[in-house]
Amino acid sequence: MTSMPKPFIDKHLPKNKLGLTVRNYEGSMSTLCAGCGHDSVTAALVQAFWELSLAPESAAKVSGIGCSSKTTAYFMGQSHGINCVHGRMPSVATGANAVNGDLHYIGISGDGDSLSIGFGQFAHAIRRNLNMLYILENNGVYGLTKGQFSAAADIGSTTKKGVPNEQTPIDPCIQALTLGAGFVARAFSGDKSQLVPLVKAALMHKGFALIDVISPCVTFNDHAGSTKSYAHTYKYYHPLVHTDFVAHAEEITGEYADDGAMRVTLHDGGELRLRKTDTDYDPRDKAQAIETLMMNGGDGEIRTGLLYLNEDMPDMHAANKLPQKPLNQLPYEALNPGKAALASLQKRYR
Amino acid sequence: MKPTDTRDPDYFHKVVDCQWACPAHTPVPEYIRLIAQGKFTEAYLVNRRSNVFPGILGRVCDRPCEPACRRGRVEEEPVAICRLKRVAADNRDEVSHLVPQKPAATNGKKIALVGAGPASLTVANDLAPLGYECTVFEAHHRPGGLMISNIPSFRLPEEVLDTEIGYIENMGVEIRLNSRIESLKGLMDEGYDAVFIGSGAPKGKDLRIEGRDEADANIHIGIDWLESVAFEHVAKIGKRVLIIGVGNTAMDCCRTSLRLGADDVKVMARKPRQFFKASPWELEDAEDENVEIIVNHSPKRFVVEDGKLTGMEFELMEYELDEDGEITETRKAGTTIIPCDDVILAIGQENAFPWIERDLGIEFDKWGVPVVDETTHASSLPGVFFGGDSAFGPKNIIWAVEHGHQAAISIHKHCQGEALDDRLPRGVNLASAKMGVNEWMYSNAYDGSHRRDMPLVELEARLSNRKMEVELGFDAERIKTEVQRCLNCDVQTVFEAPLCKECDACLDICPVDCLAIVPDGEEAALRASLKVPAANKEQALFVSQPLKDTGRVMIKDENLCLHCGLCAERCPTAAWDMQDADIFIPHVDNEAGKVAAE
Repeated sequence: MTSMPKPFIDKHLPKNKLGLTVRNYEGSMSTLCAGCGHDSVTAALVQAFWELSLAPESAAKVSGIGCSSKTTAYFMGQSHGINCVHGRMPSVATGANAVNGDLHYIGISGDGDSLSIGFGQFAHAIRRNLNMLYILENNGVYGLTKGQFSAAADIGSTTKKGVPNEQTPIDPCIQALTLGAGFVARAFSGDKSQLVPLVKAALMHKGFALIDVISPCVTFNDHAGSTKSYAHTYKYYHPLVHTDFVAHAEEITGEYADDGAMRVTLHDGGELRLRKTDTDYDPRDKAQAIETLMMNGGDGEIRTGLLYLNEDMPDMHAANKLPQKPLNQLPYEALNPGKAALASLQKRYR
Repeated sequence: MKPTDTRDPDYFHKVVDCQWACPAHTPVPEYIRLIAQGKFTEAYLVNRRSNVFPGILGRVCDRPCEPACRRGRVEEEPVAICRLKRVAADNRDEVSHLVPQKPAATNGKKIALVGAGPASLTVANDLAPLGYECTVFEAHHRPGGLMISNIPSFRLPEEVLDTEIGYIENMGVEIRLNSRIESLKGLMDEGYDAVFIGSGAPKGKDLRIEGRDEADANIHIGIDWLESVAFEHVAKIGKRVLIIGVGNTAMDCCRTSLRLGADDVKVMARKPRQFFKASPWELEDAEDENVEIIVNHSPKRFVVEDGKLTGMEFELMEYELDEDGEITETRKAGTTIIPCDDVILAIGQENAFPWIERDLGIEFDKWGVPVVDETTHASSLPGVFFGGDSAFGPKNIIWAVEHGHQAAISIHKHCQGEALDDRLPRGVNLASAKMGVNEWMYSNAYDGSHRRDMPLVELEARLSNRKMEVELGFDAERIKTEVQRCLNCDVQTVFEAPLCKECDACLDICPVDCLAIVPDGEEAALRASLKVPAANKEQALFVSQPLKDTGRVMIKDENLCLHCGLCAERCPTAAWDMQDADIFIPHVDNEAGKVAAE
């Protein structure tokens, strides 16, 4: 961690459409270990929000418990947010989303928070197709309690003292695919050129968007025996697809024409351009996605990028016919239709 | 791109922009830190080693350091470096026993120095403690050169001048007053081992236009007139005064006029304001005293009625400027007459050497200026050296001091029979500033305070007394705030590529986005790859050795770095470290293998 907040100097910085610099999207001083991957994920979120020219107050940050869950304090200090019970972030996000679907929900969780205590919550948020960006900062250990293996630790990966893990890992991306998520991606905190566009795409995707970010624990899981260290990840890093988000307003220009990219139109009119960096990978083929992740190519490489995308699934609001307008904007009469309406409702259950 | 070689002594020196810009390379951040610790005496001595006259320069320096100050790139105003220099001088304890002392014995080498200005005094300051017998010849009855004759005492009190010259006299330097040298040959015949000429640029330019001779009684050459005022030969001037020219001498002339009875003073400029030679703060100080500065007026003639000056006629100028602000076209749009009682000409000065015989072996160029080596300050006649304004034309005090330091080295080498150009190289010594976890030997927190202003004597009081110093100096609050504005650019960011694990922590925390990890490439591509492209080519781009995991390189734009040390605090492997760079600037005592008392 650092000893002082980052000085606020933005004289030299470009402004976005709202007249804000990237500095306006930052938050409090991080108290994570120096070199923690989570701080880079934070920086990627700040950059993506700034690039999209989204107002900081249009975001709601939700998190559970863990090193990862602390990070919501470190970006967009002017947005809404709640840091709630361990593993229960999806429930709180569901409630908030139900009453106000206008906000951009950013759930920040870790491999412990999502894959152990909150595993059920994680699964059901996906099933509901909650419209949110769900970032799983995955470092394979419980850093906050001094480095015990998490459910994401690979077989054979060792502790700092050399003891290997022998239990099978849970792969959050495979889980999300089998549970029906419409946006599943894997990224690495050390590569913002991939992570920032993925965050933008995920924020613009209508429905549940999972980004499993390998985010090394610099203190407890960044040693030679680790499979989630910086060195290991750089060595086996293998992007499959490069994603660019093009906002609605930017329209298709010469710059992008005929670059061989696969184009996917999003619900709000923006467009995703997916460029294969690997032969024959089709991010709309769920079976291929699952196969790729399960077989792992037999080479130990870590395949990253937007692994699967399906824009045609109704999100929670659509599926449950919830009012599109946030409840805080509905008139009192609509929120409280009165005694007669209550009587009529009760009558239906008699 | 080739990895940056930070062992080059100039690499980190350039990053300390103030020190690099200072002709004498004063270690500015170092003395500001000493002031912050209340060590005014030490701060004064650090200054004195480089610039010899901290009390004088703390008031009247041309301040090349301030426009260079890094602070000016991240907010509006640079650190008030010059003001802080005066703080060190104002608050120091007795230092007469701490400055270099008169040696127990001399080495028998006799040096003659012509003119008791800053250049000669610096040579004497450097050489006398080493045993050289220095004799300074001064035409006037007081030493100081232009510091006494041209800089008004409301800007530079005489006591300050006397004290700092006194330290040098106490080193056993003889200053012979009222001793104008009329013949260099005669001086050389007296058997000196070396002669240093620091006689300045004493000839003010005249303006030979219609009416000049008829109105002579009321037309004054700026530097001569200032000298007459300083030596109390002139005590008053007319009510309405026109100053021709807008350099710093013009500013001294207009403000002095106000103190000698003028109440309507106009400074007449031929060109628009952006072309003025005067320092911005000197213009402000003059305007603060209600001097009017009138642009685009070119002198045409002096208006004389009944043999007396009554005004001046000017051509009204119009200029076309191109995109870069250069004048592309000049037009005259009529004339105007401005009435006045006196005119002071401050349109430049030249050096003049009527006293140097042309057959001595000193080569002069076609303008009558001696040919002087820029490094050694040697003329074409072995043993004769030039410095200050007499060497390369009018500059300023701090340049004269640096000339003095360099000439002293040459004179020493000449006297010891060594080659003049075999000089010690500059050096840099780095020491980690780390004291513990997130603890540094300097105050690294960024202080957002704005520049403190200088409190001034009230207008009426100051105009009534020519010798009353206008600037009061910084008080405790101003000192306390201003020192924290210094970014400590001499505490360098030092990168060890083999330690880096490419976690991006430094990139994310950098408050000015001056870092990136990118694939290696040509300089232009690397400069463009930063989040904020490194557009200032004057400032270096640091490029590391290839990093071990990806072969990419760490790059850093030296232009914007705040030296806050957050990259080093966030770095998990100490690949970034903050290291105090002590820039070694050799002086003659280093050349002589001796360390002076300071």
